[in-house]
Amino acid sequence: MKRYSVFAVAREALRYHTGWERAWRSPEPKRHYDVVIVGAGGHGLATAYYLGKNFGITNVAIIEKGWLGGGNTGRNTTIIRSNYLQDPSAAIYEKARSLYETMSQDLNYNVMFSPRGVIMLAQTEHEIRGYKRTAHANQQQGVQTEWISPERVKEIVPIINLDGPRYPVLGGLYQERGGTARHDAVAWGYARACSDMGMDIIQKCEVTGVRTENGRTVGVDTTKGPIDCDKIGMIVAGNASVLSEMAGFRLPMESVALQAMVSEPIKPCMDVVVMANTVHGYMSQSDKGEMVIGGGTDGFNNYTQRGSFHHIEETVRALVETFPMVSRLKMLRQWGGIVDVTGDRSPIISKTPVQNCFINCGWGTGGFKSIPGSGWAMAELMATGHSPLTEEFTINRFKEGKFIDESVAAGVAH
Amino acid sequence: MLILECPYCGVKAEETELAAGGEAHLKRFGPGSSDDEFHDYLFMRENPKGVHFERWRHANGCGKWFHAARCTMTLEVFGTYTAQTSVPTQEIIDKIAAKRPGWTWREFADEK
Repeated sequence: MKRYSVFAVAREALRYHTGWERAWRSPEPKRHYDVVIVGAGGHGLATAYYLGKNFGITNVAIIEKGWLGGGNTGRNTTIIRSNYLQDPSAAIYEKARSLYETMSQDLNYNVMFSPRGVIMLAQTEHEIRGYKRTAHANQQQGVQTEWISPERVKEIVPIINLDGPRYPVLGGLYQERGGTARHDAVAWGYARACSDMGMDIIQKCEVTGVRTENGRTVGVDTTKGPIDCDKIGMIVAGNASVLSEMAGFRLPMESVALQAMVSEPIKPCMDVVVMANTVHGYMSQSDKGEMVIGGGTDGFNNYTQRGSFHHIEETVRALVETFPMVSRLKMLRQWGGIVDVTGDRSPIISKTPVQNCFINCGWGTGGFKSIPGSGWAMAELMATGHSPLTEEFTINRFKEGKFIDESVAAGVAH
Repeated sequence: MLILECPYCGVKAEETELAAGGEAHLKRFGPGSSDDEFHDYLFMRENPKGVHFERWRHANGCGKWFHAARCTMTLEVFGTYTAQTSVPTQEIIDKIAAKRPGWTWREFADEK
């Protein structure tokens, strides 16, 4: 792999950019791999990357039914934060956030990580109490967040309207080291690094069956033929239930559509991410100048990757009160992704009833921010059978009543 | 946009008039049941890519609960039917069989 650098850019400029290589190979699948990862999104690619980097396991195939990073990895609002209430969540999201800080250097790929700060607005008395509690919890967990006054919110976000008639801004939970990153670049950077380690990324190859013998997994059937493997990692977000059924077990999960949209590009007006959970809306400004807006999920099971129209209106309507200038913006694009939601709104990173078959799913509406941490932990779990970061996120926690209840802590936008 | 016909008042209601109520025909387990039964009842969910049966409420209408048979891949609605049953009507099952040959769902629970 040729490294990207300022010298590479200069060198290529002198020869009309004829020397750039493809960032990753697109090989045909081999008959056998040590590990097959199903799903070449951020989480899948990150898992493969850390399997290679931390554990030296490089005979790995990453199988993707569509194109690399074309699912939720390319459909989110790119927010990165780790201000979670529960200890296990804070641990894995903070791990992820810290890995994002050096990701561009680690991968030699510019993921445009921008630690611009994230504010979660408190707009009801309950939220004030909730966020203060989270700020205290974060202090114990070593996650740097603080409770800030409405005046400070206004200082950081001049375009905000503090005294809205329905939902005044009463303060906020501020994580200064949170921010955004370029979501495609995260997938592409990991893919390039994986390919460089000799891993095979096989796109447009759908898994049609999971083969098991005596309760242990032996391989997968795909549209490009059968592939044998010693271990499988299922990391397919909204399609997790479909895949688990192929392997013969069920998941406590439902797939629903989550939408986002971007406005026309405008001049820089907000250099921070603002989330308003009471009214179901969050907003940031991309480097291109578009306002990136995320909303709430639909209430019913859906695999169509498009959401309900009325949610668009609800989301924008909610933001107009807090950000009056939004009312003048035209929306350019709107899209939906299928998110996998568990009973306690926390992910499952776990062994499964099938031996050597591991699952990483249930990230719901908050998957992007966790990509490196999730990959790190999943790789450790797959390589050694144990990871301190995943201990609480087992598939059995519902039976044991050991929920990691972020639905209460994080509200809706999570 | 999802449109369901309320089997009670006959109104063709669009989504904003309705509230989704999750998986239909769950068999309820209470005190005295095993951990597994209770766990499955509370948390395990059918999450099919295709034919699905759900509970809906005509919230901003007549207020009644009803059932709907729907495809989660296409949002096609196969039909709606009364809440006072643990199995869909034969008419709906026939319609699904014609449109989605080989469809499956979990066994319909015998609600007693």
